[in-house]
Amino acid sequence: MTVFYFVAFLSIFFALMTIFTKNPVHSVLYLVITFFTFTVHYILLNAQFLAVVNFIVYMGAIMVLFLFVLMLLNLNKDTEPMKSNLVKFMGVIAGCCLLVTFLGVYRVFEISNPLTVINPEIGLVKNLGKVLFNEFLLPFELSSLLLLTAMIGAILLAKKEPKQI
Amino acid sequence: METVVQQLQGVPINHYLIFCTIIFAIGVMGVLIRRNVIIIMMSIELMLNAVNLLLAAFSVQHGDSSGQVFVFFIMALAAAEVAVGLAIIIMVYRNTKSVDIDSLNKLRW
Repeated sequence: MTVFYFVAFLSIFFALMTIFTKNPVHSVLYLVITFFTFTVHYILLNAQFLAVVNFIVYMGAIMVLFLFVLMLLNLNKDTEPMKSNLVKFMGVIAGCCLLVTFLGVYRVFEISNPLTVINPEIGLVKNLGKVLFNEFLLPFELSSLLLLTAMIGAILLAKKEPKQI
Repeated sequence: METVVQQLQGVPINHYLIFCTIIFAIGVMGVLIRRNVIIIMMSIELMLNAVNLLLAAFSVQHGDSSGQVFVFFIMALAAAEVAVGLAIIIMVYRNTKSVDIDSLNKLRW
């Protein structure tokens, strides 16, 4: 139980560091740590498949992509555009307003029963695979189409256009 | 395995809600206060992850694995979104030589 609160605190701390650090490369590294704490959360929820996918896809693929683009564009602290302090302050106030609104909604809901694991087997690869290939077969195939489209689109967009026109 | 499940017992679902809301609000703040397009995309990733964790928590609470399958689809979607978004950012950088979001204000009208 205390593990959850400790990891949640770490997640919030590193998420805050992500958005308040000036150096973009440090920002990406803090985001990687945040995603690692999310992986720990998935393990605590006994969702092993999601933990592994989060670890490989988010930390391994997406974050490396971000870091790669940052290095490619040669961004660092000196080229980082910063907003004025007034706009920053207003942004933080707006975010806090959103947070307070949501927390007020939860007070009305009043669902505070402790999380009980009804079926500890549902997060395992075996069960998720069965569900994925029976009930969700069509969305699964459609997501493969989506990934193919995204890949072609990314290559087309990032390719240098010929200058002959 | 049993000890992990034992660790989980006793955390109310309310605390998962509050925690994910805080992370989501941090993501919104990041979108509002930064001008670097890449950091803004990272904040969007943060928001997606907060929602993912909440979906997984509710899925575990209800004993229904559909929620975790949805998380899997959201992750696939996020990967596609990041690939296309970063390609667009590279293209914009090639034209304007900056990742400042204010350099894109020509689309405003």
